[in-house]
Amino acid sequence: MRDRASRELRRPLTGFALAVCGLASALTGVSALSQTSAVDEIAKYRAALQEGNPSELWEARGEDIWKQKRGPKQASLEACDLGLGAGVVKGAYTVLPRYFADSKRVMDLETRLVYCMVNLQGLNEADVVKTPFGNGNDKKSDIEALVAYVTSESRGIKMNVSLDKPEERDMYRLGERMFYFRGGSHDFGCVTCHGADNLRIRLQDLPNLTTLQGAQKAYTTWPAYRVSQGELRSFQWRLYDCFRQQRFPELKYGSEASIALTMFLARNANGAAYDGPAIKR
Amino acid sequence: MDRQRRKVLKTGGSAGLLAFLAAAGWLQPGLALAQAAAAWNKAAFDTKNVPDTMKALGGTEPTPSKDITFFQTPDIAENGAVVPVGITSTIPNTEAIAILIEKNPNTLAAVFDVPPGTDSTITTRVKMGQSSNIVAVVKADGKYYMATKEVKVTLGGCGG
Amino acid sequence: MADPMKIRANLVGDSTEVKVLMSHEMETGQRKDAQGKTIPAWFIQNVAATCNGKTVMSAQWGPAVSKNPFLSFKFKGGAKGDKVVITWTDNRGDKRTDEASIA
Repeated sequence: MRDRASRELRRPLTGFALAVCGLASALTGVSALSQTSAVDEIAKYRAALQEGNPSELWEARGEDIWKQKRGPKQASLEACDLGLGAGVVKGAYTVLPRYFADSKRVMDLETRLVYCMVNLQGLNEADVVKTPFGNGNDKKSDIEALVAYVTSESRGIKMNVSLDKPEERDMYRLGERMFYFRGGSHDFGCVTCHGADNLRIRLQDLPNLTTLQGAQKAYTTWPAYRVSQGELRSFQWRLYDCFRQQRFPELKYGSEASIALTMFLARNANGAAYDGPAIKR
Repeated sequence: MDRQRRKVLKTGGSAGLLAFLAAAGWLQPGLALAQAAAAWNKAAFDTKNVPDTMKALGGTEPTPSKDITFFQTPDIAENGAVVPVGITSTIPNTEAIAILIEKNPNTLAAVFDVPPGTDSTITTRVKMGQSSNIVAVVKADGKYYMATKEVKVTLGGCGG
Repeated sequence: MADPMKIRANLVGDSTEVKVLMSHEMETGQRKDAQGKTIPAWFIQNVAATCNGKTVMSAQWGPAVSKNPFLSFKFKGGAKGDKVVITWTDNRGDKRTDEASIA
């Protein structure tokens, strides 16, 4: 079943690959064999972007929000337990998702932040998750800012997601099944685009999430300032957008489905140093 | 909204606006006088081609110069909304560096003044609507020089 | 009031290297919203940087400068602890001033 998927994908991609060769030739005026030079130039573009990452603006705003007394309970999030103890932000992203005894659920960073905002600060859940993804100056997302801040405090620390609890193992298995599940109008699954090496959509190289290296590189570079969005985008956003591109039903923010996939992908990245927030096209 | 602020927002022209702001005490007294009078060259930012931009900047046709180089400027930008551009001028007495993008809806992207003591090197990020030449124009000793670099864009960055 | 800039000023030899990240939409005035209405232009027009009261950089920008602009420049002089002050003003008359100490 999986082989057929890869074969089907590669056929149309041959057309794309040839188009890329053509583009590269036009660009470099050299033979089609130097198709890699277009890819090299794009690598240079990505490297040049690394300096002055606008994520830092979100990180600064997130730190302010974290420390601010808010809501009816006029409490700050500094008492929030992100998995390493109350108020411990450093390294917290590397152990998420994880099972929390107080909520009796496995939670990822975003659902945990929402939980703390509701329970510690008394904020209304519906209000908090109304704008999870910001859009411009007028529609900012507090959660995106908090995600930027919290993840920035895990930079350089090795991913270390645990599967000690049965609930964590169940969530991982569910995520794994979802990764390979094909559906929707195009019969896509995550595996369709991320299940083999050298897959590409136009000039976008797709990471192979079924290999250790691919899984590590992909997970440790989210959240990221997405140039095409002009916004800092979180992992919940990344999954939401994948679902949209697969023509799947809309992925509900903070749903069990989103946490399961996050659990699967985060755990598969274990051992790699977290490298975010990053900047991507 | 108080009346003063409304008046400010209605005022279009740069010189008029700044004079008003100065009178209203909105400009910090610590700012150098040159800054306080900093105008915004609307005519230059409205031009649609390099020769017109040069005229609006009060300059003559620039001479190509090998002493103006691009750095950290990729040949291909994945997204035209953010194209890194770095320009260095080793022409003595460089006073200003301007970034022009030939095929943008408006040619002039930015003009940087280089006061004495400041390196004639600038790095910033610009939007490109499509693959185009980026022209770096340098004013030194009252004369104008230029260098060109072609940047291809895989996704236009002016929006829409 | 606009979000603060992130400014880094570092002494490299006898020069101070300044890197600034500004928070601004830099709307070109070319885009249309979902209803087809043009979103009005909103962008930084002037940027000025001083150190010890002396202007070390000034610029005029158009909307072709990227959203959340990044800027880097270098000047001679400046000692550890000196303040680099940066101000931007936009076409709506909004402005923002932030400073950083040279490290």
